[in-house]
Amino acid sequence: MISMPSEEIRSHPDADALLAANPEYLADVKFDRGELTLTVPAEHIVAVGRLLKLQQEYVRLSTVTGVDWYPAEPRFEVVYHLLSLSRNVRLRVKAKLPGSNPEIDSLTGVWRSANWYERETFDLFGIRFRNHPDLTRIMLPEDWEGHPLRKDYPVTGTRV
Amino acid sequence: MATKEIIDDTLVMDNPEAVRPKRMTLNMGPQHPSTHGVLRLELELDGEVITWAKPDIGYLHTGIEKEFEVKTYHQGVTLTDRIDYLAPLSNNLCYALAVERLMQIEIPEHAQWARVMLAELTRLNSHLVWLGTHAIDIGAMSVFLYCFREREEILRIFEMCSGQRMMTSYIRPGGLALELPRGWQQRVKKFIDVFPSRVDEYEDLLTNNKIWIGRTKGVGFISVEDMLDLGITGPMLRAAGVEYDARKQHPYSSYEKFDFKVPTRTENDVYARYLCRLEEMRQSARIVKQVIDGIPPGRHAADVPNMTLPDREKMKTQMEALIYHFKIVTEGYRVPAGEVYQVVESPRGEVGYYIVSDGTSKPYRCYVRGPSFGNLQAVPKLIEGTLIADVIASIGSMDFVLGDCDR
Repeated sequence: MISMPSEEIRSHPDADALLAANPEYLADVKFDRGELTLTVPAEHIVAVGRLLKLQQEYVRLSTVTGVDWYPAEPRFEVVYHLLSLSRNVRLRVKAKLPGSNPEIDSLTGVWRSANWYERETFDLFGIRFRNHPDLTRIMLPEDWEGHPLRKDYPVTGTRV
Repeated sequence: MATKEIIDDTLVMDNPEAVRPKRMTLNMGPQHPSTHGVLRLELELDGEVITWAKPDIGYLHTGIEKEFEVKTYHQGVTLTDRIDYLAPLSNNLCYALAVERLMQIEIPEHAQWARVMLAELTRLNSHLVWLGTHAIDIGAMSVFLYCFREREEILRIFEMCSGQRMMTSYIRPGGLALELPRGWQQRVKKFIDVFPSRVDEYEDLLTNNKIWIGRTKGVGFISVEDMLDLGITGPMLRAAGVEYDARKQHPYSSYEKFDFKVPTRTENDVYARYLCRLEEMRQSARIVKQVIDGIPPGRHAADVPNMTLPDREKMKTQMEALIYHFKIVTEGYRVPAGEVYQVVESPRGEVGYYIVSDGTSKPYRCYVRGPSFGNLQAVPKLIEGTLIADVIASIGSMDFVLGDCDR
């Protein structure tokens, strides 16, 4: 599953901490252009978030957003950017979701700042966040149809 | 402002003392002048005390992130200006740094220093607008005029460099759009030499002003834990004693070579945020001065012919330059596949650009983390339980730009 040699993963304390807690927490590790990306199975996202916040001191969730890889499967990526003030490092966490009925657990219980970012991701990508306190559109009007940042949503054109 | 009174009928019947309307829902904005743009606040009031608040955003959503995906990296710069229209150069810089990291190119030190100067002038520009409008909100009219006097000079410097006062697009991936104009040192020096004395002028008007102190001291408190958890960045966080500044913590564009302090306060109220930003202005002036005194000679852009536009002169004399120019403008340059998250300390806080490249000349995904979006999320925590008159002071101290929030 993991595309990196195991000794290299061990050199990154965050990846190591996840593996030590539960080998299933980590699906992929990538280190590119000075940034560490951990891919986590979607069902473990809350457990991983809690572990990273409490144990690895990532007190701040900077952003939550999505990437649409249409027509590839799994189609969606939910991308979280974390920041640890005490360790002065950033970390990117990703979870992959299928194109039909993309759903993932909300991280609002771990970082409250996830609230608006998840609403934005829901609004623009149509990814549903389970257990979110107020999963409504934030940027677009409530009666808007479609999710503009999906790749199959046109950039120009008029509605008929 | 539309008001709606809610009277609980059964309560009135059973308890004659409860005839007085209990709660009132008040819509503040989206056209309220002190919301600086189009922020709508839904407030629930008990007398003058706010019991519940909900900010409503999205009125300025223009789909910039979608538009990035159909523009080449070269064209994308123009969109970054329009995100945070009070700090266009900070956004230019963040975007340029992200693309440069994807391309893995280094730009000349001369251009890096020039970028630092421009970013700091932008900070002054933005803080001046903030101070002027914040003071007007609270009732100090004259500060506004003083601030705009200095801001005008900064905009003239931008115009001299790029030909534009606000939507500069001057910092581009690969360097700067043009060389710094002849005589910029004298012009900027003349301004920056007098600027600290101008900050003293603002302080004379406000710092010991009894009304100002009365309206701002002890107002708009929010605990540090809430701030971190809710994602607040920038001067607000620093006024609460957290010394976090991306220029120091994750230096970019040669910031590590400059001598400046990150001002912090511990009072964590509107007044402390005011003092913090004033001190930031003095520090920015110091940085600009260091640039003027010590900028290393060199080119304004990296020598990467397939990415940075050639000089005008070369285009007229060299075939190669003309071809490169044509290629860059028509189809753009290819950026190797990968992803980066680049952070810059803008006047409002942490600006982040997350760019995903699939190896073509257009970004596959370009996400912009606007500091205003993160900060506005904390509005309810800031104003719930306070008086309605303090809402203006509290949200003014956040210094948000709705274009940056809604994108």
